[in-house]
Amino acid sequence: MMCTIPEGGLLHRVRMTAIVAAIVALALGLTAYAQAAPQALTIAAASDLQTVMPELASGFEHSVNAKVTVSFGSSGNFFAQIQNGAPFDVFFSADIEYPKQLVASGHADAMSLYRYATGKIVLWARSDSGIDVKRGLIGLTDARVRRIAIANPQHAPYGRAAEAALRHDKVYDAVKNKLVLGENIAQTVQLVDSGNADASIVSLSHALSPLLRSHGTYFEIPSSAYPPIEQAAVVLTSSANKLLARQFLDYVKRPEIRRRLQQLGFATS
Amino acid sequence: MDWQAIWLTARLAGLVSVILLVISLPLAHWLTFSRKRWTFLIESLVSLPLVLPATVLGFYLLMAMGSRSPLGRWWMAATGHGLAFTFEALVVASVLYSLPFAVQPIAAAFAQVEPSLREASATLGASSFRTFVRIVLPLSIEGVMAGVVLSFAHTVGEFGVVLMVGGNLPGITRTVSISIYDHVQALQYREANLTALVLLAFSLAVLVTVYGLRRRPWAAAPLA
Repeated sequence: MMCTIPEGGLLHRVRMTAIVAAIVALALGLTAYAQAAPQALTIAAASDLQTVMPELASGFEHSVNAKVTVSFGSSGNFFAQIQNGAPFDVFFSADIEYPKQLVASGHADAMSLYRYATGKIVLWARSDSGIDVKRGLIGLTDARVRRIAIANPQHAPYGRAAEAALRHDKVYDAVKNKLVLGENIAQTVQLVDSGNADASIVSLSHALSPLLRSHGTYFEIPSSAYPPIEQAAVVLTSSANKLLARQFLDYVKRPEIRRRLQQLGFATS
Repeated sequence: MDWQAIWLTARLAGLVSVILLVISLPLAHWLTFSRKRWTFLIESLVSLPLVLPATVLGFYLLMAMGSRSPLGRWWMAATGHGLAFTFEALVVASVLYSLPFAVQPIAAAFAQVEPSLREASATLGASSFRTFVRIVLPLSIEGVMAGVVLSFAHTVGEFGVVLMVGGNLPGITRTVSISIYDHVQALQYREANLTALVLLAFSLAVLVTVYGLRRRPWAAAPLA
């Protein structure tokens, strides 16, 4: 009895040491693994970039050892979320006003502000609607056009541009009772592509998407008819990956990326 | 404060809860008392809106109302205009969306009616309809009221479906939840806050009413 107790204690101590050693080894192993794993970059992107951003993200992932995660949503929602500490590194906004306000309130880095593109709007209708979009906005006064979908001008930049273009061409008062509002530009596309609205004013980037190309025709509204839809990206002050975030913006500034943005329906300076 | 949206929402929810009451009484009766083996299939269908996201229902409704669907073309031929972006569209969507909120409490109340009471009524020669009106309905009145109040409240709180088929027309399809969302999006947090507070107070009042009805403190007291 006298000697079994210390023996048991010894055995216990040995076992504890083994467990502690295993935990330490595991932790060290995990740390080593974390160091080898790619850096992570989280991007908040406006919905109108849905046709563009996946391509940019995978291109960037190939050029540096990084893993890019993109969240799509409305710029206004992201603005509110970022002010309340949302864990994004970069914010691509369809309206430059949001990044500017984030800079002013100290939530974003002023030096990083970059105007990556200017959006364009088009008049779009399904081929089976019988509407000739080549007539331009004046064609919307036709009695056969009962419903016109635009994005909500109250907060969607493409909606503001659509309303401005309708006013510029002096058809706004004639068609204002036909307008139905989409929450954002992607939903506006849905309203017209499902055949619920007869015509719509949507972004050129959506009109160039394979789905809309196969369903309908578009007419590009001259950029003189509406104020520019200036879009901008900014690095957030709360980002833990500022270096990588700036690298991503540098990547987006490359000439070949700017050309690609033009092909996808954006104007770049 | 967007009074127009509040009034529109009240009209929508009122109409929807009346329609749902008319639909739910026979439907709940059938679900509770039918001996058919496949009632559970209908039960599942009725409860579907509880688990389906509004995006699914909204997406299908948008497709069904559009000019590419037979239903959409039929409505267009019958009325001369599309169904989407109208008050009627919101009524149709809300009836579907709030159906389980009316049917479930009503069916649960029917099921709690003592079977011997119904049997006694039948033995005394009352028809099934008369038994329902004189025995089942009076004994289930709290469940029926809960169903009406919950379907009203659920319609008031509806957002996703309205967003997808409404088109945000002031006075026609811009409900309170859409109006609040618009204000938040436009960074008008003060206006959003005011309307949201009204909605919050209303929702709390509704739930207090429903749970207060369900508690029945007098039922716990021993009968003299």
